[in-house]
Amino acid sequence: MEIPYTVDAHPETGLHNSKIGIWLFLASEVMLFGGLFSAYILLRTGSLPGVWPLGSDILSVPIGTFNTLVLIISSVTMVMSWASLKMNDFSKYKLYMGTTILLGSLFLVIKIFYEYIPKFSHHHFPSTDTFYAIYFTLTGLHGLHVLGGILVNLYFWGPGSKLWKTEPERFSNRIEVAGLYWHFVDLVWIFLFPTLYLL
Amino acid sequence: MSLKAFHIFFISVSTLLAIWFGVWGLRSYFNRAENSLILVLAIMSFIVAGVLIVYGIKVFQKLKTL
Repeated sequence: MEIPYTVDAHPETGLHNSKIGIWLFLASEVMLFGGLFSAYILLRTGSLPGVWPLGSDILSVPIGTFNTLVLIISSVTMVMSWASLKMNDFSKYKLYMGTTILLGSLFLVIKIFYEYIPKFSHHHFPSTDTFYAIYFTLTGLHGLHVLGGILVNLYFWGPGSKLWKTEPERFSNRIEVAGLYWHFVDLVWIFLFPTLYLL
Repeated sequence: MSLKAFHIFFISVSTLLAIWFGVWGLRSYFNRAENSLILVLAIMSFIVAGVLIVYGIKVFQKLKTL
């Protein structure tokens, strides 16, 4: 039996299965990150006056800014890869999706080698103080989400792209869903960057 | 919400962040005597905000046809 609404929208919701699924998943992600952001606010407002450090004093603003730019550009290339499929240009899809993967990887490389490792070498660990605990929790969890997005995009760039030959519309829907996830992860960083680095 | 709409929303939020970061950089440079790299980043941030606004308008028109 064929699964209904994998390509066409359900008449009641106006959405196909994967789009409903990703938005339910993203709703749970909003609650996850929302809870952690709330924890950050409560920890910060509950700390003694003058104890909570200013993010820009102990974190590298230039590196954080560069990484923000990397993620913004990766969102542009992600939407370009989906638009290429809509215009039946599979080679451009490969180019843009490959660029998205590389930019996501660049973000993680910078995060690990230019932020985490120097912090560890200066003996700044999650156990050092409350700021570092919430900093490593929030950015670490976000980094894992970026890694997850890279793996999914890598699958759709490589073996998963075979679907384009048999069911192009379904494949385009999958890339749209992957793009929604990627945009969400980037949006989380857009809020994380000023919260941790600037305020 | 479609990827088109989410992308426009994302670009709008990114533009606001770029403007805010530019203002933050200028205030840090002049009030807290931060190094000149912050001033350069602030100016670049305003440029990025301008680019994002132009891109946002162009991509909005382009995505409407898809």
